[in-house]
Amino acid sequence: MFSAYYLQIMILVGINIIMATSLNLITGFTGQLSIGHAAFMSLGAYAAALATLKLGLPFFASLLFGALLAAVFGVLIGIPTLKLKGDYLAIATLGFGEIVRIVFLNLKITGGAVGLRGIPKSTTLLWVIIAAILTIFILNRILRSRVGRALIAIREDETAAESMGINTTYFKILAFGVGAFFAGLGGGLFSHYFQYIHPGSFGFLRSIEHLCMVVLGGMGSMWGSIIGAAALTAIPEFLRASADYRQLFYGAILVLMMRIRPEGIIGERRSRRKPPQSKDKKLGKINIFKVIGR
Amino acid sequence: MFFQQLINGIVLGSTYALIALGYTMVYGIVELINFAHGEIYMCGAFVGMYLVTVFKVPFVLAFLVAMIMAGLLGVTVEFIAYRPLRRSSRLAALISAIGASIFLQNLALLVMGPRPYSFPSPFTPKVYKTSLVIISKVELIILAVSFLLMLGLTFLIQKTKIGKAMRATAQDKDAASLMGININRVITTTFAVGSALGAAAGVMVGIYFRSVAPMMGLMPGLKGFVAAVLGGIGSIPGAMLGGLLLGVAEVMGAAYISSQYRDAVAFTILIVVLFFKPAGLIGRFLQEKV
Repeated sequence: MFSAYYLQIMILVGINIIMATSLNLITGFTGQLSIGHAAFMSLGAYAAALATLKLGLPFFASLLFGALLAAVFGVLIGIPTLKLKGDYLAIATLGFGEIVRIVFLNLKITGGAVGLRGIPKSTTLLWVIIAAILTIFILNRILRSRVGRALIAIREDETAAESMGINTTYFKILAFGVGAFFAGLGGGLFSHYFQYIHPGSFGFLRSIEHLCMVVLGGMGSMWGSIIGAAALTAIPEFLRASADYRQLFYGAILVLMMRIRPEGIIGERRSRRKPPQSKDKKLGKINIFKVIGR
Repeated sequence: MFFQQLINGIVLGSTYALIALGYTMVYGIVELINFAHGEIYMCGAFVGMYLVTVFKVPFVLAFLVAMIMAGLLGVTVEFIAYRPLRRSSRLAALISAIGASIFLQNLALLVMGPRPYSFPSPFTPKVYKTSLVIISKVELIILAVSFLLMLGLTFLIQKTKIGKAMRATAQDKDAASLMGININRVITTTFAVGSALGAAAGVMVGIYFRSVAPMMGLMPGLKGFVAAVLGGIGSIPGAMLGGLLLGVAEVMGAAYISSQYRDAVAFTILIVVLFFKPAGLIGRFLQEKV
């Protein structure tokens, strides 16, 4: 139907849609900036590949295994979010991502820096389309439910949400778990398409790539993530931009979008006004410049 | 062996401390993680390397020029990526900071190419041996310069007018502004001073490892941040202490546990600190109020 090249782009678009929409659940809808999304993807990719190679599980079972394992880690990394907010959480997810990468780099079973080879090519375009539609469908159902409203309430004002009786801890962990589940699914599809994975495939920059897709499309907009993922996957391919320029472009997108259109290309424009914030509202607001003097 | 590792850790840690100071100062004033700080460190190292190898500038002068250039770069980044977002959400500012970091890193990669450049040490290689440890001249210089810079910073913050303004701004921006302090000038100064310290660390690491590369800022940048969090972000003595502790922990971890997990040490410390004592070792935890 398509040439192998176009097929690959379409499969990548599908996988990236899964990655971007699942990150959007965490960052766009719940307001918890995660810059370690690729770590969940790598957990899913490695777990699914190992399930196929070592346990001989069928493709579907491997995918599910990878996604579930990623979800478990999503919950684990979600737990510190009880205490951490904003910048601290972002750094913790980054640290988590780096730890996962370093562990994969040194474990024997994952093949170290060489990576895993000979994974069967089970991912087809049909699988990717089904998985992407399923992801979008489930995330949409979640967001249109009581849970989704709770997540958005947390994003808008965590303290107010809590005082309205929302168990913010539970919902934040839930968002991380669900987001990680679908990221793991995306990882499983990725490893069974490219047949070869290594720790370098899932570094910090891939997390940034996913963040870019979400930011470009619009944080908190499902369609935005879909379009952002499709655009940032397909356009560089057609422009034949080299990888170096691509990264430069990502950096520029993040800065410019925040300046010009923080709600993304098709995100809904929210009120720009911000209520005056109390000085000591945020965790870690510590002014110890005077400590030296005491 | 143990004391030798301790010395190595302290030398490494003093560079982390210099980087951490940049993070902590900026955080104390504008409550923003300056993600691009690692890239400013890298740019400082490149300026120093270029001046010494291509223009044959004496090392001390190159060192100072690198600090000034990095200070200018820090101010530029603040002006382009952070200042317009001062009134928007913290998430937006943080994303912009990450974008600035990625942009600078890849700009350096495009301009300089991916290969590392060699940075010949301007000092005659000389080592001092005692019964316990061996320490090289470069290491001694790094320790001395770091110490002097930290002393200078403490003086700047405690004894000068702009330092007083910085402390006031960190305490309460609005009240400081009402007292006639030019907040924008304070923020600019903070970025300039923090970036200059980062560049000093960059140049010293450059001569220590004798190479500079476009990606060199990534890991030290992250670790400098870990050091700042470990000491208590916003606290200047905390950043110094955190840097030294992190350097020692990393070298000890590499020596006694596994060198392959060297980089994981810092991030494990980060997650443990954030989990148990998010305000850091010296920081105070303020209760959230509405």
